Amino acid sequence: MKPVIRLEGVSKVYRAGETEVHALAGVDLEVGAGEFVAIMGPSGSGKSTLMNILGCLDRPTTGRYLLDGRDVTTFDRGRLAEERNRTIGFVFQGFNLLARTSALENVELPLVYSGAPRRERIRRAREALDRVGLTDRAHHAPSQLSGGQQQRVAIARALVTSPRLILADEPTGNLDTRTSIDVMALFQDLWRAGLTVLVVTHEPDVAGFAARVIATRDGRIVSDACQTARDARAAGGAP
Amino acid sequence: MNLMQPFPIAVRALLRNKTRSFLTMLGVIIGVGSVISMVAVGEGAKSSVSKAFEQMGTNLLIVTSGSTRSGGFMGGMGSMPTLTWDDLDAIRSEAPSVRYAAPLMSQKTSIVGEDGNWNTQVNGTTPEYFPIRSWRVAEGSMFSASDIETNAKVVVLGQTVVSHVFGTGVDPVGKPVRIRGTPYQVIGILEKKGQSFGGTDLDDAAFVPISVFRGKLQGGLQQFITGVIFVGAGSAEETFRAQNQISSILADRHHIADRADDDFAVRNLTEIASARQQGMNTLTGLLAAIAVVSLLVGGIGIMNIMLVSVTERTREIGIRMAVGARPVHIMAQFLVEAMTLSMTGGLLGIGLGFGVSKILADNLVWAFVVRSDIVAVAFLFSAAVGVVFGLYPARKAMNLDPIEALRYE
Ligand SMILES: Nc1ncnc2c1ncn2[C@@H]1O[C@H](COP(=O)(O)OP(=O)(O)OP(=O)(O)O)[C@@H](O)[C@H]1O
Ligand SMILES: [Mg+2]
Repeated sequence: MKPVIRLEGVSKVYRAGETEVHALAGVDLEVGAGEFVAIMGPSGSGKSTLMNILGCLDRPTTGRYLLDGRDVTTFDRGRLAEERNRTIGFVFQGFNLLARTSALENVELPLVYSGAPRRERIRRAREALDRVGLTDRAHHAPSQLSGGQQQRVAIARALVTSPRLILADEPTGNLDTRTSIDVMALFQDLWRAGLTVLVVTHEPDVAGFAARVIATRDGRIVSDACQTARDARAAGGAP
Repeated sequence: MNLMQPFPIAVRALLRNKTRSFLTMLGVIIGVGSVISMVAVGEGAKSSVSKAFEQMGTNLLIVTSGSTRSGGFMGGMGSMPTLTWDDLDAIRSEAPSVRYAAPLMSQKTSIVGEDGNWNTQVNGTTPEYFPIRSWRVAEGSMFSASDIETNAKVVVLGQTVVSHVFGTGVDPVGKPVRIRGTPYQVIGILEKKGQSFGGTDLDDAAFVPISVFRGKLQGGLQQFITGVIFVGAGSAEETFRAQNQISSILADRHHIADRADDDFAVRNLTEIASARQQGMNTLTGLLAAIAVVSLLVGGIGIMNIMLVSVTERTREIGIRMAVGARPVHIMAQFLVEAMTLSMTGGLLGIGLGFGVSKILADNLVWAFVVRSDIVAVAFLFSAAVGVVFGLYPARKAMNLDPIEALRYE
């Protein structure tokens, strides 16, 4: 099967004055369609750097990144934005919702930039909110929502354009254990529905939801193992 | 990209900070407001001046004693008289383009009537004076050539004099008045003429036959015209020809070799009027230039606030980019915001301009003239200000890196 993600010798070098930081030092990675991958590793090991590159928010210093077979390292800013809009749904640790803007409008936002007409935007945003169980919070601003609810709004926003790929960088980092489990269960549902999901996490508990766990250290992938996903097995839906 | 798409976003962003948006617009409001009111003032003054000149009469020349260089308009009136009665006859008979010529001599003196007295300008002239000034009698009749020959003690009054000497509701025609002790009979009342461009009341005047004026009011210097000669020509073209003819007749009669030594002046009112209009145009242009500068300052204010806004909303920009806003979307959002500011400012400024023009027109007794082309230009200019001064902040927003923007605190 053609991989959704293919990294070939990707490195990212940050230059801070005299010193060079190799946030990523030659990463090769393939992720097939419909996989559920957890990325773990100590702080500073390059997880976020990797996710940002995978999410077309950043570019590698060297190497190639093929997204759905397209070499996005050659794309200009406008086409990268289109990939972020259509192919990828990104979920951040800090939610990154627009303040003083209702949940519904936050979820609509990607559709504004894909040029969907207003009616369709509202319909699809409501559907996405239904899917994360926030039907009754559509008109709440982020400040009127709990952390878990805000993260679910962010997930709805990531879903609303029906992307192939969901990327989440420590989505449960700001949440308590109980809420973390709810949110991870939500990612698992999406995976079951056929999406490719990559989640960065520090917690083995959270990683337990995934079928494949990748470990990073000093900008390299040091282990890549398939495991029997706990809840996936329980539900019997693992591919 | 849908062109209207950034509009609601921009409006909402501006409404979120109403006070700041208003203060930002103030520069443009004042700029556009002053463009419109300045031009309106200029136009109003211009139309009032040309109306005043029309009242003076068209195709009109004024011959005065003293050189053109001895002062401005009517500057020769007070200088040593050089025009003689023979000069007047010569102008009448030898200048073919002259249709009418009339002497006008004046004395400030009081007129005593049944009901009161009034200090006014008493003028001596001939009947030709009135068609030159396109001035008709409203009641009674004008004195005639034979009144001049017979030294008839008759007087024609302006409306202001009538109201002071007789009050209202009285028909003064046929009534007697006294001027310097001599009794005169009122034979006519002139129609209302209004104010001259200098602001003097043209109706505050009385007219007697020139012969009577010379006999009773002039005093010495009998061979000279201690006043001016009004000349009327048939058309604008004739007026210029008449001006040349009179100049050469008088130069000849006064034995003047060199034009520079003229002891008389022939002034063309059309010339004076157009010079005045040109002065007004210059003034209007100058004021408009000042207004344009204030518009530019308003634009810089918008740019300043938009730069602050881009910095403040860096995270928002990062979020928008992360969910797929292309650089053009971000640029359009801030550009539209700047244009919304400047165009709203422009509209409010147009309102302000109308208000100020109206107030000025009412207080300065000018015509209320707001030129629609100036309004359109001012509005387009304010839109352009938004584009020009919004471009730099918008480009700055567009060029933000999504990751750095998301990290911005
Ligand atoms: N903009 C930057 N400029 C300089 N160095 C950077 C920058 N971003 C990241 N780095 C460095 O790159 C390395 C990897 O950072 P990264 O954020 O990817 O780590 P991480 O694995 O996500 O850590 P954490 O678990 O704490 O989030 C770190 O050493 C960090 O200091
Ligand atoms: Mg990180």
